[in-house]
Amino acid sequence: MFIQRNNLHKFGLIVVSLFALAACSSTSDTDEAADSGSATGSSSSSGSASSSAGSSSGQLSQEEVRAQNALRQTVFYFDFDVAEFKPEDRDTLTYHARDLAASPNKRIRLEGHADERGTREYNLALGERRANGILNYLIVNGASRSQIEVVSYGEERPAQNGQTESAYSRNRRVEVVAR
Amino acid sequence: MKNFRTVLLLLGFLSCTSHAELSIQITQGVDNPIPISIVPFAWQGSGVLSEDVARIVTSDLEQVGEFRALSPGNMLSLPREESEVFYRDWRTLAQDYLLVGKIDRAPGSQLVQVQYEFFDINREVKLAGEILTGSVTQLRDIAHEISNVVFEIVTGTRGAFTTQILYIVAEENSPGNTTFRLEKSDYDGQRAEVLLESSEPIMSPSWSPNGQDIAYVSFETTLPRIYIQNIATGQRRQITNYPNINSSPVWSPDGSKLAMVLSKDGSPDIYVQDLTTNELIRVTDHPAIDTEPAWTVDGRAISFMSDRTGQPQIYQMELGASSFDVERLTYDCFQCMKGQFLPDGVNLVHVRRETRQSPNYQIAIMNIQTLRVITLTDTSLDESPSVAPNGSMIMYATKYQGRGVLDAVSIDGRVKFRLPSSRGDVREPAWSPFFN
Repeated sequence: MFIQRNNLHKFGLIVVSLFALAACSSTSDTDEAADSGSATGSSSSSGSASSSAGSSSGQLSQEEVRAQNALRQTVFYFDFDVAEFKPEDRDTLTYHARDLAASPNKRIRLEGHADERGTREYNLALGERRANGILNYLIVNGASRSQIEVVSYGEERPAQNGQTESAYSRNRRVEVVAR
Repeated sequence: MKNFRTVLLLLGFLSCTSHAELSIQITQGVDNPIPISIVPFAWQGSGVLSEDVARIVTSDLEQVGEFRALSPGNMLSLPREESEVFYRDWRTLAQDYLLVGKIDRAPGSQLVQVQYEFFDINREVKLAGEILTGSVTQLRDIAHEISNVVFEIVTGTRGAFTTQILYIVAEENSPGNTTFRLEKSDYDGQRAEVLLESSEPIMSPSWSPNGQDIAYVSFETTLPRIYIQNIATGQRRQITNYPNINSSPVWSPDGSKLAMVLSKDGSPDIYVQDLTTNELIRVTDHPAIDTEPAWTVDGRAISFMSDRTGQPQIYQMELGASSFDVERLTYDCFQCMKGQFLPDGVNLVHVRRETRQSPNYQIAIMNIQTLRVITLTDTSLDESPSVAPNGSMIMYATKYQGRGVLDAVSIDGRVKFRLPSSRGDVREPAWSPFFN
């Protein structure tokens, strides 16, 4: 709808190739989604994830546990000046996409952010580019465009203050927020 | 006698809600400042005046760096008017210029009248003198007006001491809870006034060319949208509601159009909206990021930043030209951003990151004819340069001790001053045009 043809084409290529990679690797590798979920999801303040997932795992299949862990990760971090999400977040995002596909009434917002280096307007655009990368991946993997709103905050809402590399790496992110 | 209409107009909207008042600190001056004596103005009425006119003129002239004022304690006499001036005294003190004055109640009113006289010590002549009348609360404006006269006589450049600035303050109340304010103050940070307060970000303040309206981006609906607000009435209207990014509003020099950035068609591009007909014209059309529009001085072209070659560089396009007809202005930097022309139309102020290895963002000027570059600042996170309407100083945002502050630097890089804030992060200064 809002996507310019050139852009869709470019993103489409990236997304399709990532998806191809994801499809090859996701069946064989058992720990990756859970690992990345616990590594990066801790900072999230989203209350949407079920907290009983761990204790009731006896009744859930391994796949269901993985899905629940994946959905608990709602913050995705980016390298400096890079708009593509990290390869290790691919499986997690695939679970998010499947979850949206399975619940057509669910609505989310992708909030893109940048660190403070570079100008504010450029960072606003970079935050949107990052969020759009995830948006397109979710759509390719089954989510509907109408379920997802994208907004960039650029460098205006840092997760962590300060001029350190660790603060910067926490600020370059896209947050998945339930609506 | 001088018409004081400007000052009266200014006061119409001075509600004096002081917030995060800024005050000036000179961080770097010139080597041989011009010696000037500003004698304390004699107040001949009763009570105590709220403002010290001579002190305001002194700080005006000192903070632009070109002058050094003699301390009143070292003066041999304290003349109030021409008949009390003995040039010999001031020559002994090696002074080049002398300003004297007195303040009286205006007969039969609550107003005060400020008489000032300005002298060239070496030539022993009076260069200027007049009586300015206003209310007691206008004394600060009267002082800035006197600074304008002195500055223009000595330097030949119109003074910008009666101009104002817009800026954004972000104050974190608790993690995840920040108050954003759009404020306006005198150019020196005094008399700050809150124009808008929000729990959502406010960005990109900009002045209309006549100084009566401002445009900015507010996330108050949770999405970035462009608003225009009248300063005198406070009336505001949302002027964009396109999907995705709506940002970077900048008025055309004739005030009829607003350049802006919209990403409604996929990626951020430059658009121009006619403010009378609301017609929207697309200027750039590229899948990369195009942002930070700035009008050329003649209003016929727009410079902007684009990362179409991989990193941000500054480009320029005539309005109405084909989107292929783009001129690249910067080459020899890793990133060049946020371009804006000085009033001469040749020198491009910008934010510059020289190499990938040195992660410093500094304010620089490039002459687009000779390609000569002068880097004006030596801090590392400098952004949002905004040029004074007389082209003499550039105000910009930087970080000091981890907090956002506003600094200013002269266009030759020799003079710097800082406006520290009492609280919060201060950013995105926008220097007003002349108001008359």
